[in-house]
Amino acid sequence: MKWIPTALVLAAAALLPLLGGDFYVNLASQILVAVLMAASLNLLVGYAGLTSLGQAAFLGVAAYTCAWTGVKLGVSPVVAAGLACLMTLAVSALFGAIALRASGLGFLMITLAMSQVVWGLAYRLVAISNGDNGISGIVRPSPLGLSLDSPGAFYWFTLLVVVLALWFIAILVRSSFGATLAGTRDQPQRMAALGHNVWLIRFAAFMISGFLAGIAGLLFVWYNKYIHPSALSMTASAEALLAVIAGGSGTLAGPVVGAAVVVLLKNYASAYVERWNMMLGFVFLLIVLFLPEGIVPGVKRLLGRGR
Amino acid sequence: MTGAALEIVGLRKNFGGVPATQNVNIHVAHGERRLLIGPNGAGKTTLFNQIAGDIRPSAGSIRLFGREVSTMPPHRRAHLGLARTYQIITLFAGDTLERNVALALLGLMRSRWNMFRPIDAGAAMRAEILRILDLVGLAGQAGQRAGTLAYGEQRRLEIALALAQKPKLLLLDEPLAGLSAEERVSVGALIGAIPREVTVVMIEHDMDTALELADSITLLHHGQVIVDGTREEVLADPRTREVYLGH
Amino acid sequence: MQFWIVQTLNSLALGGLLFLLASGFSLIFGLMRIANLTHGAFFMLGAYLGASLLRYDHDLGLWVSALLAGLAVAALGGLLERFVLRRLSRNPLGQVLVTLGVSFIIADACLMAFGGDPIPVPTSRALARPMFVAGFVFPTYRLVVLGVAILSALALHILLDRTRIGAMIRAGVDDPAMARAIGIPVSRLFTLTFCLGAGIAGAGGVLAGPIFSAYPGMDADMLPLALIVVILGGVGSLMGAFVGSFIIGFIYTFGIALVPDLAYVILFLPMIIVIALRPRGLFGRLAA
Repeated sequence: MKWIPTALVLAAAALLPLLGGDFYVNLASQILVAVLMAASLNLLVGYAGLTSLGQAAFLGVAAYTCAWTGVKLGVSPVVAAGLACLMTLAVSALFGAIALRASGLGFLMITLAMSQVVWGLAYRLVAISNGDNGISGIVRPSPLGLSLDSPGAFYWFTLLVVVLALWFIAILVRSSFGATLAGTRDQPQRMAALGHNVWLIRFAAFMISGFLAGIAGLLFVWYNKYIHPSALSMTASAEALLAVIAGGSGTLAGPVVGAAVVVLLKNYASAYVERWNMMLGFVFLLIVLFLPEGIVPGVKRLLGRGR
Repeated sequence: MTGAALEIVGLRKNFGGVPATQNVNIHVAHGERRLLIGPNGAGKTTLFNQIAGDIRPSAGSIRLFGREVSTMPPHRRAHLGLARTYQIITLFAGDTLERNVALALLGLMRSRWNMFRPIDAGAAMRAEILRILDLVGLAGQAGQRAGTLAYGEQRRLEIALALAQKPKLLLLDEPLAGLSAEERVSVGALIGAIPREVTVVMIEHDMDTALELADSITLLHHGQVIVDGTREEVLADPRTREVYLGH
Repeated sequence: MQFWIVQTLNSLALGGLLFLLASGFSLIFGLMRIANLTHGAFFMLGAYLGASLLRYDHDLGLWVSALLAGLAVAALGGLLERFVLRRLSRNPLGQVLVTLGVSFIIADACLMAFGGDPIPVPTSRALARPMFVAGFVFPTYRLVVLGVAILSALALHILLDRTRIGAMIRAGVDDPAMARAIGIPVSRLFTLTFCLGAGIAGAGGVLAGPIFSAYPGMDADMLPLALIVVILGGVGSLMGAFVGSFIIGFIYTFGIALVPDLAYVILFLPMIIVIALRPRGLFGRLAA
């Protein structure tokens, strides 16, 4: 009966627009985008054992490609989305090829440095990005002729995309490939001796992770109808990583819970205090010092049914 | 027993100027059982790491079944039929025994890239996993985590992972290390039961058990081959005594 | 001609500042295996402290301000190491996350205390005045920054190469377990190194003030530069940090001047080339 909690959460999520006002529906859409970001990053952090501090770069590349092609070249939202996916895959391949020369802290430093370069480009490559002004006027797609302009419709669309993505991740981590990916995390040397191409396994995971973050980027840019360099700052990457760590890396539910907590905290904090970054910093400290395994494994352990 | 399973010519490896392997020449025939001995620090494991591809040699050539492999990455050597165990136990400690063996089997299967089929789906694969665990006497613990096994059982699982690869050349790095006298006999029997078409090169200090398993011996000292020959030749050679007893 | 001279001096000055930033990062990573993501924030905090000290007492002078700010940041670094990082010694990822968290806290605290506008850091009149040599104008202060960086590099080199503490730090970088086994007080060395690295970054921030001013986001601008320098030069190598700093200083300065849109991409190229061909960096002994 393991599917019952999942089904209940899904049912509640699907019914939300019928119950809550626009504010809550929009907040839920934001959470869903953050969930997809965290889940994509969790593939690397939790399952591949590769801690990246540059995940927001992929969100940014997809969002800017979609915005630029849609607004400045005037292509349709669907074509813009397709181009954004291709661009994200290309950038993922490039970044993966470079960052996977290292592992551990080296990998973290390289992903951070590269994503900061993308962030710097977003600010300075004004001809494409409009710099600090950002790009506005992005049009949401209307799949099958259905308008996504109302908060409810966009929420349902986002929910569908994110659930499909999470379903894919759930299948992937239980597959042969998922097992070998976890193997490269635990014993890379042995995996190579067993005939597994450790580099290629990691590279594939990096591409998938980048692609899913790109999908999150599309949802992000459609939701906001606007993109600004701050969306791919180090803070954004750090928020995604915090969601993974806080929720519990290497678990399927962890990034969902973690992202919800981070987004709610951020919204709550911004309503009462201005200092979200400081709060983010303190949450990092508290989680790492007092709940290093994350919320989901922690709660499981407290309920006495964990490992 | 014709042709070479493993042929090493002029192999050299320096670590920051210090030679760990010097001008090593070794020829192991198909189906041969070769014992690699030498005092601690003789460069035995370094040699294994070069054969397996974890370390790039500074010079020289390594041929597996006639193919030059000295610059080939480790995973491709595994696909040529090379398998190894580790002196320091290297298992997937958090995974079940079943999963450990599955990862070994997957290494040579195309389905290792399958992202959609659950790993534990196939009945044929399950049967093969249990057959291999049964070979090393661990079938009863298939669902247990590898990290919870007793030390001797972990050594057996090490060997099971290598056997799962159906190797043509098997490198065993101190498979008896840390085992009790009883366990040494049973693991020794396990190694003795490996089919003759598999070539075995073994590093081992326990002469009582290992000598019985070996056709031939190579003695390494300071990264060099000191004596090389049949079991009897090497044991009778005065240089062997010299290495082990000092001058 | 004037353009090339000025840009060259700007490159050298930026390289010098980057060295003050990156050498500490590299030392800390080399010895403690901590990627200290607070380093950019230390640098920025130094700049703000210097600006406030000089505003408070204009006669203090840049050098004394740099010294005081450096000491303050060093003390802060020491506290961070002793009371937070120490508790996480078996959790390297946790350490990185904590340094990231602290960098956010420092950055936000600076924003709260100093506001969102850049605060210029004045230099003394003698340093602000340009020099005229053979008909060309030289910005004096850039030369001074370069000189300070070279002197610091020499001092660090002597500390690491000629003193007992330096020998212990080098032993710790090469093989921490062995160093501990032969009785080197690794834990105290950790604190010392962390203070030293943080202090150099803090003082460097003050010296950067007259060129960049102290501004919000300085931390996020400087940290990736430090990372690129260290990845390029090799983690844990003083020589690597030195050479890497000047390479990046030149590429960045000339990039901004000649192809402003693409300066950031060009910055990226040497790093890619080095990672592809020599993952441990130009002078590194450790694989990052």
